Amino acid sequence: MTASTLERTAPAAEPAVKPRRRLTGAGFMRAYVWVIIAWLVLPIAVMILFGFNDTPGRYNQSWVGFTFKWYARLFELSNLTQALINSLLIAVVSSVLSAALGTGIGYALGRYRFRGAGSLNLVMFATISSPELIMGASLLTLFASLQVGLGAVTITIAHVMFSISFVATVVRARVMTLDRSVEEAAADLGATPWVTFWKVTFPLILPAVFSGVLLAFALSIDDFIVTNFTAGTTETFPLFIWGATRIGIPPQVNVMGTLIFAAGVLFAVIANVRSRKATKKD
Amino acid sequence: MTTPQHSVARPRTAPIAAGHPAIEFAGVHKNYLSHGETVAAVKRTDLAIAQGEFFSLLGPSGCGKTTTMRMIAGFEEPTAGTVFLDGKDVTHVSANKRDVNMVFQSYALFPHLNTYQNVAFGLERKKVGKDEIKRRVGEILEIVSLTGMEKRSPKEMSGGQQQRVALARALVNRPRALLLDEPLGALDLKLRQQMQIELKRIQREVGITFVYVTHDQGEALTMSDRIAVMNAGVIEQLGSPREIYEKPATRFVAGFIGTSNIVDGRVERVEGGLALLSYTAQDRVVVPVPGSVRPGEKLEVSIRPEKIDLHRGVPPVTATGGSVLSGTVTEVVYHGTSTNYTVATAAGADFTVFDQNASNADDLADRGDRVYLTWAPQHSYMIGV
Repeated sequence: MTASTLERTAPAAEPAVKPRRRLTGAGFMRAYVWVIIAWLVLPIAVMILFGFNDTPGRYNQSWVGFTFKWYARLFELSNLTQALINSLLIAVVSSVLSAALGTGIGYALGRYRFRGAGSLNLVMFATISSPELIMGASLLTLFASLQVGLGAVTITIAHVMFSISFVATVVRARVMTLDRSVEEAAADLGATPWVTFWKVTFPLILPAVFSGVLLAFALSIDDFIVTNFTAGTTETFPLFIWGATRIGIPPQVNVMGTLIFAAGVLFAVIANVRSRKATKKD
Repeated sequence: MTTPQHSVARPRTAPIAAGHPAIEFAGVHKNYLSHGETVAAVKRTDLAIAQGEFFSLLGPSGCGKTTTMRMIAGFEEPTAGTVFLDGKDVTHVSANKRDVNMVFQSYALFPHLNTYQNVAFGLERKKVGKDEIKRRVGEILEIVSLTGMEKRSPKEMSGGQQQRVALARALVNRPRALLLDEPLGALDLKLRQQMQIELKRIQREVGITFVYVTHDQGEALTMSDRIAVMNAGVIEQLGSPREIYEKPATRFVAGFIGTSNIVDGRVERVEGGLALLSYTAQDRVVVPVPGSVRPGEKLEVSIRPEKIDLHRGVPPVTATGGSVLSGTVTEVVYHGTSTNYTVATAAGADFTVFDQNASNADDLADRGDRVYLTWAPQHSYMIGV
């Protein structure tokens, strides 16, 4: 008797209390999320907005009016265009190089135990965590003492140097989750180690290699500190912007920034959709 | 008295009839380095597996059965000894050049390839022509009942279906031997029993030597032509399922295969090939022994639970020729078709008795009942004969 009475009263009391508590909690969380999103997005929004600013002079700091003209006159400043081309070239070459080298390192570290694996891990962590200022300065000393002329080549070498560790770390994490017996199965079915890698292992770690490349590209295209030390007279996109701050940043910089950002978002969305498709199949 | 029947059953396949065995181990030994210590996973093993045989390596985990299989496949190199496939020394031949294929415990299907591509993988490596590949893949998918699943990716298939793909992927290459590493371990009981029958059928159909690694004695008994029972890196016994069940060579085998009652005792006298071990005036075990056994010797005797009769009163005179042990029932478990009793006996050991619930269903003994266990002389088995 008592038990049944209790059962009947309990659900009636519940709705009175629960929704209110849930509302305040949820309301706070929702606000918190929007604040964080605003914090992250606002600077980018300002950059995009001022790409449409109809500013008359070189100064692009106060809103005048809306225009598309900077998109039409995107490549008007030959120095800026050249800097962007340099940056894109260096980013492509260095990300492909570091993907190739980093994939090998990541695979070896994830798959095998070997003498020196520990110190390799340590060195990789060191390059990721060491201040860029120190890396840049020491690279400059190195190139100077070897009497290597500074330019696009030295920038690329420097970028590969700090990107490799990121690619290797991402690939290693992926390799470690792979079922070893899948590669054994390939060998069992007559595949040589070379064929096994390209037919089985590589397709399976491709998503990791892909994100490694994206990461390396992103690190390279906006790198300023290390690039500044190793550039010589070569100008990259970030170096141009740094130089232009003193005399006013032309709106074309905002447009290029917007386009680079859009490309990045596009890649991220593609990667996201692909991985969602993959998990759906699970 | 009847003479003990030592020849219980011949192995269904003569071990090595003519020509070379499909797989042969000569003094194969495998050491591992574990935390700076050398551990022998497989100790100096000789083994010959015949063509077309369904051969099981049975043992608890860590007994060396998987290492043995991996040495056949070529994933491990023996520390010493020689591995022969079809009479050829393959000890130092890498896995991708050996004419055997394996079904992995985890199936190890290529997740980025569909069923057809998975199965065709081995044939493509051998540069078999496109039309030939298509024909053979179709053929093997029919044998494993997966026709129509060609385009499915492994993720879209059930455990049982993935298992069949793994089987087809190995069999399509027509290997000298198929190695199966606990292939049914991940399946639920019903599917496992179904696949056991299916595997037997497939083996008959393709006529390939199967080497089957398992820790499940029931699986090994029902499927194998011969079984090697392994423990601690050593083959304890090698024989047909019947031999292994009826005549366990060691205490380990007796305990690992099915349920055994093992009783120790000293021989009081030997008479007409039967030794008598007595415990009290009326408690005795009669066991067939070879001529070399002398009074005073210590023996281990194994008795299967289903061979024992359980009497609630003093046993009838007809049973007096064999073993009699009195005891007290300590546990009764009703199983539907049978009732399992645990009986604390005068011989010191607890006995397990399976009593068929045939017609005497109302004659069940209760806990605490005083009972007599009897069995015929030929159902006692001296371990190590």
